[in-house]
Amino acid sequence: MSYPTTWKRPGLIDNPVYRTGMWIAAGLYLVWSLGTLEMDWGRVSQGLPRAADMVSRMFPPDFSRWNLLVNGVIESVEMAVAATFIGMVLAIPLGLCAARNLMPTPVYAVARAIIVLSRTFHEVIIAIFFVKIVGFGPLAGLLTLIVASISFISKMIAEDIENMNMEQVEAVRATGASFPKLLIYAIQPQVLPRYLGVSIYRLDANIRHSTVVGIVGAGGIGMTLSATFKRYDYDFSLAILITIIALVFIGEIFSNWVRGRLR
Amino acid sequence: MTASAKGEKYPDIWRKFSPRETLIRYAWQLAIVFVAVWSLRHLDITWAYLLDAHIQAADLLTRMYPPEWGYFEDIVQPLLETIHIATLGTIVTFIIALPLAFLAARNTTPNSITWIIGRFILVASRSINTVVWALVFVAIFGPGPMAGIWAIAARSLGFMGKLIGEAIEEVDTGTVEAIESTGAGRLKVLLVGVLPQVMPVIYGTTVYRWDINIRESTVLGFVGAGGIGIQLYSSINQFQWDSVAVILLAIFGVVVISEFVSAVVRQKIT
Repeated sequence: MSYPTTWKRPGLIDNPVYRTGMWIAAGLYLVWSLGTLEMDWGRVSQGLPRAADMVSRMFPPDFSRWNLLVNGVIESVEMAVAATFIGMVLAIPLGLCAARNLMPTPVYAVARAIIVLSRTFHEVIIAIFFVKIVGFGPLAGLLTLIVASISFISKMIAEDIENMNMEQVEAVRATGASFPKLLIYAIQPQVLPRYLGVSIYRLDANIRHSTVVGIVGAGGIGMTLSATFKRYDYDFSLAILITIIALVFIGEIFSNWVRGRLR
Repeated sequence: MTASAKGEKYPDIWRKFSPRETLIRYAWQLAIVFVAVWSLRHLDITWAYLLDAHIQAADLLTRMYPPEWGYFEDIVQPLLETIHIATLGTIVTFIIALPLAFLAARNTTPNSITWIIGRFILVASRSINTVVWALVFVAIFGPGPMAGIWAIAARSLGFMGKLIGEAIEEVDTGTVEAIESTGAGRLKVLLVGVLPQVMPVIYGTTVYRWDINIRESTVLGFVGAGGIGIQLYSSINQFQWDSVAVILLAIFGVVVISEFVSAVVRQKIT
């Protein structure tokens, strides 16, 4: 076999037939998907001038209705904080039930099913159902964020318990400890740091989501934001967007700081 | 040796924390509970609505059953549109996120001003939720899937740019120096020295984000940005709960399948 005289970078897929096949398939997909999407090209082509118009109307951002802004942001943050705390507490039993090495299979299966089901649906879908059930306002948003927090935190707890060191559990069990004592002395010390870390991360995520559940009427700054877009009140929209970016940024810094200290 | 000194050294009862540590821990726990309770009380909530919530929820569920299966035919097209929005949005992100990641990584960015610009774009993109981005793009492109594609791309940009940028910062410098010592220019160093090392991360995050995007694109229709969300929102508002049940089951199926596909592909790549 003769060696090639020039070096070629190896690709992701070695077989040239598969490689060209992939490109052809990707091309066909693009044609198919762009062809079947119902796009109003006339309207889309106006996009650039519209965007320019929107940007010019956004500047300067209008902070004059700051009390509306501050109230919305405070409501969002309060929903996020309260939901994270309630979620943290309620996630413990569900997380324990969803750990394969602690529970009998039927309990495990039911707990996992609850987690999968609530993780599949986007927060906004859950929010709209709570709006139908408890009416407009922050209660619906709070319940939404609680559901999202429980499923996320309990999934992480369950995974952590499944990966923990079983020897410590057996050692404590050998002393004749009951199940609650087993939880406190063998399991809790092993999973607590990660549990706190995940909860803080969830607080950060809840702050992000709390800004959006308002779009379907579930309270928080999202309600105000979506109203400004409907009224073409773009300078106020930009003020809200800037505030959200700042808020999420602060939340992220706080979350990183706490998680750094926990380690 | 006094008894108390002995007691401090060898306490009769084993405790994990010293009294001081215990006090600090209690203070923290109290502070957390206080903040949570205070937030809850300050919220403008009518708790009475919670009293009949279970009745309302049960009512919804009984109205959903049996699902109106005939409706499924009508939502095949919107479901495909949802998947297309997620996929095309991810492709757009893939194209934009690469250069942005190089801009936002400390070791490949040209200077500190470009680094700050790159970082700022990433933070802004990630801070704003997909649905909020959709509001912006609906105002620009009008209602429809185009707005959805750009909303997905705008939010995913920060996610992928951040993860790829972190991978670039952790790249093996030996390889990069070896390429530099051959006299290669900046661009060649990036293409031959850095890019191949982060390629698995790029593919991995792309597939992972695609699977998140499928989930996100199911709600874009709530603000008019295309996909199954339009049908879901109108069915809910018209109280056609048996149709809502079909849509929810369909979304569940699509999300579970996409999660499975994404997990299999990622396992093959890495």
